[in-house]
Amino acid sequence: MATKSKKDQIVELAVLAPLDWVDERTAGVRGTKWFLFRNVPRDISWAQTLGSAALTAFIVQTLTGVILAMYYEPSSAIDPVTGKPIAYTSIESITNDLTLGWLVRGMHRWGASVFIILLFLHMGRVFLFGAYKYPRELNWITGVLILVTGMLMGFTGYLLPWDQTAYWATVVGINLNGTAPFLGPWLAEFLATGPEIGADTLPKWYALHMLLLPGALIPLIGIHIYLVTRLGVASPPWSSEAAGRERAEVQPTGARAGLVRGSGGRD
Amino acid sequence: LSESRHDTPHLPGPSLWPIGFAIGVACLLIGLVISWIVAAIGAVLVVAFGLLWARDVTRDVRDEVPEIEPEIRAVSDTAVAVAPAATRAPLPTYTRSRFLEASTLGLGAAIGAVVTLPVLGFTILPSFTNRREGEADLGPIENFPEGQYVIASYLADPTQGEVSRRTTFIRNNGLSEAGEPSFTILYSRCVHLGCPVQPNGPIDEEATKEIDGVALRPVLAQSFGCPCHGGLYDAEGNRQAGPPVRSMDRYTFSIRNGRLVLNELYAVGNVSGTGANATISRYPWSTPGTHVDGIEAWLYPIVPSQVTG
Repeated sequence: MATKSKKDQIVELAVLAPLDWVDERTAGVRGTKWFLFRNVPRDISWAQTLGSAALTAFIVQTLTGVILAMYYEPSSAIDPVTGKPIAYTSIESITNDLTLGWLVRGMHRWGASVFIILLFLHMGRVFLFGAYKYPRELNWITGVLILVTGMLMGFTGYLLPWDQTAYWATVVGINLNGTAPFLGPWLAEFLATGPEIGADTLPKWYALHMLLLPGALIPLIGIHIYLVTRLGVASPPWSSEAAGRERAEVQPTGARAGLVRGSGGRD
Repeated sequence: LSESRHDTPHLPGPSLWPIGFAIGVACLLIGLVISWIVAAIGAVLVVAFGLLWARDVTRDVRDEVPEIEPEIRAVSDTAVAVAPAATRAPLPTYTRSRFLEASTLGLGAAIGAVVTLPVLGFTILPSFTNRREGEADLGPIENFPEGQYVIASYLADPTQGEVSRRTTFIRNNGLSEAGEPSFTILYSRCVHLGCPVQPNGPIDEEATKEIDGVALRPVLAQSFGCPCHGGLYDAEGNRQAGPPVRSMDRYTFSIRNGRLVLNELYAVGNVSGTGANATISRYPWSTPGTHVDGIEAWLYPIVPSQVTG
């Protein structure tokens, strides 16, 4: 019988045909398959998920940050009602008054630490597994740039609550930069916008934190993920496949069947 | 009627002179608005490049230049035989696609520079220009008892608000040997990494005054300490212990109508002597943590305050 079942016809009409229509014009379906349906080494483990975890943390930071920007005001001027700086007042309002604001701010505040910790764990995994070696050197280099940009995100974000901790930690941070040889004092004056922290400092750091640095970080992450997709996940150092030895004829069974495709036993 | 040379379209030879002609026209038009000199230069360019262009374009249709046979001295028969047939040298060619490629890149770069450079300047320059803090009037000098430090707190720039609050430690040293009033004015910013230095002694709360936005609190202190990393300074602001790399910054002062006015902040390498008789090694102000004397100062050859004032 060559005729299709009713269900197949519906699937063809409702799902596959529109996907084909899109794919013919954008190659989007092929691209998605290229990105997601990849062969990975048989002996990968949870250690290889640290990069995805860091990416997830970054996405959480992006989403919560966008929402926080709707309520935060980067001004060091004194609020005439509360008698406190406007920035600090808006942080208090987010934390204490706005519904679920405490949760979203908490996610952003703790998520920042989670992001940095995951970056370091991910970097440690890549280093210990030797996954930075040929042909993945550029993965490592873009990864280092992501780490630096991520830490700058932390540095600039720390000032924004504009409380005593934020202010004095930033004074010390700016002056630490200022002790760098030759250009250090110039860098410090640029960061503070003048010889000392002033009224222009907080808006500048806010713009750095939520516009300039994410504008650098998002393309870097895009390049990093493209390279991972293109070059594939590296085998662990103890992998028999990578070592060119015969692989035991054990096929994955159960839920894992078909998820992992081997190389046919001839590496 | 059927002359074959009219069947093919006539293409003038390639020429770069129209570019100069266009620049001349632009120069002329701009000059009409801003300056007759520029307009005159533009007119000269238009005429010169127009003539050059016309010469290139009409080269094909102008009468052939009579070619003069090269003079050949017949040394032998063979020499005459290899004498090259006199042909006109081909015009230098520059293909259209190369020209479009170069002009697209060049114009793109020029437009990019015109847009980027002012933005880049606005990003960086405001941090360094017009940053000199105004003078601060701290009130009559009678408010500063002789031989005792007073904590003075004031707004350096009231338009910026509370963020510009500065704290200084001021000691009236009485008259110097030359009979001039002498003040020691230390800036509370720690020269390690910029934390707020505190006087090590009790504040006389009853004698606290607030006059015209300047808070004055007398304090019994012969040393100053920084809470962040344990920097310790003596009564002249010299480093006694901890990580600071120089002595505490000081202000110059002047006395106007019997009022103490703070002028300019400067960095101090070392202070020898005390009070009115102190010898202060003075340097341009620089970021906390940067050396101003000794071999380490070579790491900071030019600091912003030397350039921007």
